[in-house]
Amino acid sequence: MKLIADHISKFFGEKRVLKNITFELNSGQCLAVVGPNGSGKTTLLRILSALIPPSSGKVQYFDGQILLSKENIFTHTGFLGPYLELYDDLTAEENLNFFSRMRGLKDDRSTWWNLMDRVGLGGREEDAVKTYSSGMKQRLKYVFALMHQPEILFVDEPRSNLDMQGIQIVYELLREQKSRGMLLIATNEEQDLAFADFRVAVHD
Amino acid sequence: MIFLKFLLYVWMVLVLLGAFFYAPLAKGLGEYTRVMYFHVPMAWITTLTFLIGAIYSILYLRKKDIRYDYYSETANQLGLLFALLATITGSIWAKMSWGAFWNWDPRETSIFILLLIYAAYFALRSAIEQQDRKAALSAVYDILAFVTVPFFIFIVPRIYSSLHPDPLINTQGKVTMNGKMQLVFFNSLLAFTMVYFWMLKNKLEVIKLKMKLKQLES
Amino acid sequence: MIKAYYIFRKDLLQEFKTRFAMNAILLFAVVTLSAVSFAIGTFTARQEVLSALLWIILFFSSMSGLSHIFVKEEEAKTADTLKLVASASAIFLGKFLFNIVLLFLLEIIVVPLFIALMNFNVQNYLLLFFTLFIGSFGLAGGGTMVAAIISKSGAKGALFTVLSFPILLPVLVSGISATKIASQEQGWMTAYSELQTLFAFSVVIITASILLFDFVWNE
Repeated sequence: MKLIADHISKFFGEKRVLKNITFELNSGQCLAVVGPNGSGKTTLLRILSALIPPSSGKVQYFDGQILLSKENIFTHTGFLGPYLELYDDLTAEENLNFFSRMRGLKDDRSTWWNLMDRVGLGGREEDAVKTYSSGMKQRLKYVFALMHQPEILFVDEPRSNLDMQGIQIVYELLREQKSRGMLLIATNEEQDLAFADFRVAVHD
Repeated sequence: MIFLKFLLYVWMVLVLLGAFFYAPLAKGLGEYTRVMYFHVPMAWITTLTFLIGAIYSILYLRKKDIRYDYYSETANQLGLLFALLATITGSIWAKMSWGAFWNWDPRETSIFILLLIYAAYFALRSAIEQQDRKAALSAVYDILAFVTVPFFIFIVPRIYSSLHPDPLINTQGKVTMNGKMQLVFFNSLLAFTMVYFWMLKNKLEVIKLKMKLKQLES
Repeated sequence: MIKAYYIFRKDLLQEFKTRFAMNAILLFAVVTLSAVSFAIGTFTARQEVLSALLWIILFFSSMSGLSHIFVKEEEAKTADTLKLVASASAIFLGKFLFNIVLLFLLEIIVVPLFIALMNFNVQNYLLLFFTLFIGSFGLAGGGTMVAAIISKSGAKGALFTVLSFPILLPVLVSGISATKIASQEQGWMTAYSELQTLFAFSVVIITASILLFDFVWNE
């Protein structure tokens, strides 16, 4: 897999958030987006993941030589961030089953069962997500983002709400992701930056 | 350009004089029928400008250029103004010939719905802060509203009987006006349309200048 | 389009757990129905008035619940999560399916109650059923689309009715007219043009919504 960002700019109305961002990223590499709060880190991640379109410029995904169409991108990517919540009223199991069906995966627990154990949520599948603590929700989001073994993973603030043990687990998952595919994180934490091969700095 | 503006001015004066003094009265009808020379152009321009607004909305969704959003907003603003003028001139006619300013005649109902739709359009615009979101959502609403308008034109008169005179050209396809009336009528229609386009052009010009100014500032 | 069905099932599951939209719609309908019944219960109103009242109750009750389907996704910040796993058209169809089921449920409860409480004589039940059935598609189609629009705008409450009313007026006008005919005579022919309008409107509004939904959802 290969990700090419070509002169990306984003305007909200007449306010410019991003200006001419260009880079190329291959499998096995990690890109960190850094910058102060409100500088557009999240916006950049959302554009790169095709959640929102850029005002100008292009984001392209290549599988070998083949350019992936916009509809197919989401089957290759996983995304987690503070603005991507799971359904609070449903249980973790109902959530994960819904998402695995929507992603065209097998309609059973096999896709996410192991991951639940790994993030330390084994045994809590039948509880409603609203009874989870914020750290547990963050762990569950990792299950959601990784259940289809995406080639590209976007993580906005990898450590948010996590305790020491949670951070250890997440780092392990991120290392695996990097060896399997691509990793893009938005962060300002020094420790997270250890993953990064490249940095893109956004500023006002 | 100055010359054209002057020409338009003279033309409008002639139309006004013609409407009040030159055109004869229709047989058996009173002086109030002269409002026709103003009412019909207003109604026609209302339709025209809402159509232009909808076209700009489609253009915005296709090109995502914020300029088209301003254009569409402007065309719809003018539409609201002319719809109001058409309603007022129509009400004068209604008062004189049917005895009441308002009596839920199908035409009155239709224009009332039109006013409602575009009032809702502007309510939606004022509720959204973010500019490109405002542009996209109001464009979608504009188009959605516009595709439902034909239903009013067809169903409302079918369900309630109308007292309104046949629009411009009646069912036999004949214009029931004599030569002099026709002359004034079509001149008025054209002159008012020209005034409308002049207004639209000026407003669009202002938008272009404002956008250029903002570009220079940033 | 199996994904539209999965989304529909997910929404149904959520609805069973919270009963938010169902409660809002049904309570609103029952409250208005009793208010109307108290006001004119002692004497029987004319059939034209009753047909109009029935549709007004249905319309405003649905306005109290149809927007929930999109507003809840925006408010719970699950809209982007959903966007990651489904295409815009699948989402629209799933939500539309949910709203139409909600409307059918509303009608199953309110219409018999209305007929009983208001002494509403119906000559042609099949015509009434048919009118409500086609009308629901129009209401749900337009309502779902406007719900998507307002869920992305700042003001979520009052604006929904304001935006929906003019767009859905054709459904209301021809629905009332066809219901009136169903209450007055046995035949079908007089209601032909109303049914035609209802059908044409539903087709047009649903097609336009599917085409335009992408622009709203990806904004």
